[in-house]
Amino acid sequence: MSGADAKPDGAAGRPSLAPGVRLGRVSFVWRPWTVLVTVLLATVAFLLFCLSIGVGDFPIGLSRVAATLLGRGEPVDEFVIMDLRMPRALAGLVVGVALGVSGAITQSVARNPLASPDVLGITGGAGATAVFLVTVSGGTATAIVDSVGLSAAALAGGLGTGLLVYFLAWRRGIDGLRLVLIGISVSAVTEAITAWLLVTADIRDVAQAQAWLVGSLDDRSWDEVRPALRGTLVLLAVVAAVAFQFKPMHLGDDVAAGLGVRYSAVRAVLLLCAVLLAGLAVGAAGPVPFVALVAPQAAMRLARCPTPPMVASGVVGALLLVGADLVARTALPVSLPVGVVTAAIGGPFLVHLLVRANLRG
Amino acid sequence: MVTQSVTGIESGAVAPSRLAARGVTVGYGTRTVIDELDAAIPPGVITTIIGPNGCGKSTLLRTLSRLLKPTKGAVVLDGEDIGRLRTRDVAKKLGLLPQAPVAPEGLTVGDLVARGRHPHQSWLRQWSSDDAAVVERALAMTGVSDLADRPVDTLSGGQRQRVWISMTLAQGTDLLLLDEPTTYLDLAHAIDVLDLVNDLHESGCTVVMVLHDLNLATRYSDNLIVMRDGSILAQGHPRDVVTADLLHEAFGLRAKVIDDPVGDRPLIVPIGRTHVQLP
Repeated sequence: MSGADAKPDGAAGRPSLAPGVRLGRVSFVWRPWTVLVTVLLATVAFLLFCLSIGVGDFPIGLSRVAATLLGRGEPVDEFVIMDLRMPRALAGLVVGVALGVSGAITQSVARNPLASPDVLGITGGAGATAVFLVTVSGGTATAIVDSVGLSAAALAGGLGTGLLVYFLAWRRGIDGLRLVLIGISVSAVTEAITAWLLVTADIRDVAQAQAWLVGSLDDRSWDEVRPALRGTLVLLAVVAAVAFQFKPMHLGDDVAAGLGVRYSAVRAVLLLCAVLLAGLAVGAAGPVPFVALVAPQAAMRLARCPTPPMVASGVVGALLLVGADLVARTALPVSLPVGVVTAAIGGPFLVHLLVRANLRG
Repeated sequence: MVTQSVTGIESGAVAPSRLAARGVTVGYGTRTVIDELDAAIPPGVITTIIGPNGCGKSTLLRTLSRLLKPTKGAVVLDGEDIGRLRTRDVAKKLGLLPQAPVAPEGLTVGDLVARGRHPHQSWLRQWSSDDAAVVERALAMTGVSDLADRPVDTLSGGQRQRVWISMTLAQGTDLLLLDEPTTYLDLAHAIDVLDLVNDLHESGCTVVMVLHDLNLATRYSDNLIVMRDGSILAQGHPRDVVTADLLHEAFGLRAKVIDDPVGDRPLIVPIGRTHVQLP
């Protein structure tokens, strides 16, 4: 690495720009703090992930978890870890990353910290769809669940609601505030539908639906985790490919257009990715609240970026979800669903954001 | 109708226009703002579009900069229909500063101006030594090098506008379109920004801008496009165009046009209903 070829020499009168780094034909801006923070957060997330695998009725130490992950573990550990606990821990990681990146996209596109998938109705739509399929016992509903699975159906519901919000908010362009307001209204409608379904449904179905609605990682199996993992990886690749074109869009549509960005297309692709990521997450773990809202904002502050950083947001999302799940399982004698813990963290954080926004506005 | 050609102001040389609107019709929804308008931007000078509120001057600038797509006609950039060019290629030739842009809170001046290099970058090549050199030059030219580390939102309105112009400059085009660059600025800062625009012109840029203040437009432009109701009423050097009759026709404004005591252009003295002592 020849490094820092564009680094200003610090002589008086020369502006201090972020230095550039060149590796062969590849060059990028070097921001040491952001990279350091992101690596640190990723390390913590990975440690929590290992810890989460070790905790349970059959406790396994960190070193044995690490050995097993490297393929050198005892057969007993290997069975417990790979077959029983890995799906849950991995689901936490995947759902966290998906929610974090999804939130970073929606908040950046709307240029509004409140525009998370929860607020934009995506989560609500997925939830209402799932509850509908669980509670309405009938030929078609059962057939749908049997053929595509609850997760995929919830994903479709989230996608549908996301698109509805987008089209309702579209007036010769997308305005952040209008997107948030329409998202809140549509969310309210989906919540009303969910409540109505729960009130009228059979009590046994309600219990199942309720457990799903809180957001939980209990009893995940490889069959549920694998599609979510694959889908998330594909979507992250798409996001990474478009992210470069997205950079000028933080400056507004007109400036981005002036800089040669086809902003409508870039925005449509990214929002679609955000909706699908959130939908996958909801499908895999239920509507875990607040992670998509909190992760990008926390990442922004920790990494000292003026806009939600994509990678760091995903990492913080994973850290939050895996950490919250760990707390949910170990803090109290009874194991709680992860959504209870994220709500406990996220609620106050939302209040903090609103107060700050109020002070500024 | 006093449409005059002003190609090659003093020298008399006729250079081909690099940017022109050919019979463009533009509107929002069903409302037509500009109807079959022709306009050519003379190279190497400052052209300012003026006219009463709602006459379509910003619409014309946005059309020239491909932000708005005409329903009829075309905008021609260096001989090619701008609508058929890749927007990225247009961005390498034409820099644009929209009206009252807003930077995210906390974004530094250096990072904002560096964003101007976007059309020259790619996914793999996100920052080269060329970029650094151009950005440093842009910061220096606009006199904001010392502010490079400051967040844009902590600057005064005048400084902020310099920074945005710096970003447009970092794009490395010699064709600059500025939509009301003096909006929200007090007179001192407005003069400061327009002096900067004149510096850019002297360094070889062709500038097209929209201004509200007629005297500033007259002082700082070599070519005025006067619009009313979506069409061009007059075009030419301020000395030829700015007359009491034209001001009345375009703005419905009574005014006396005198020689600018400190410049070589006309000066407009508006006449309202009150506080006027006419001989």
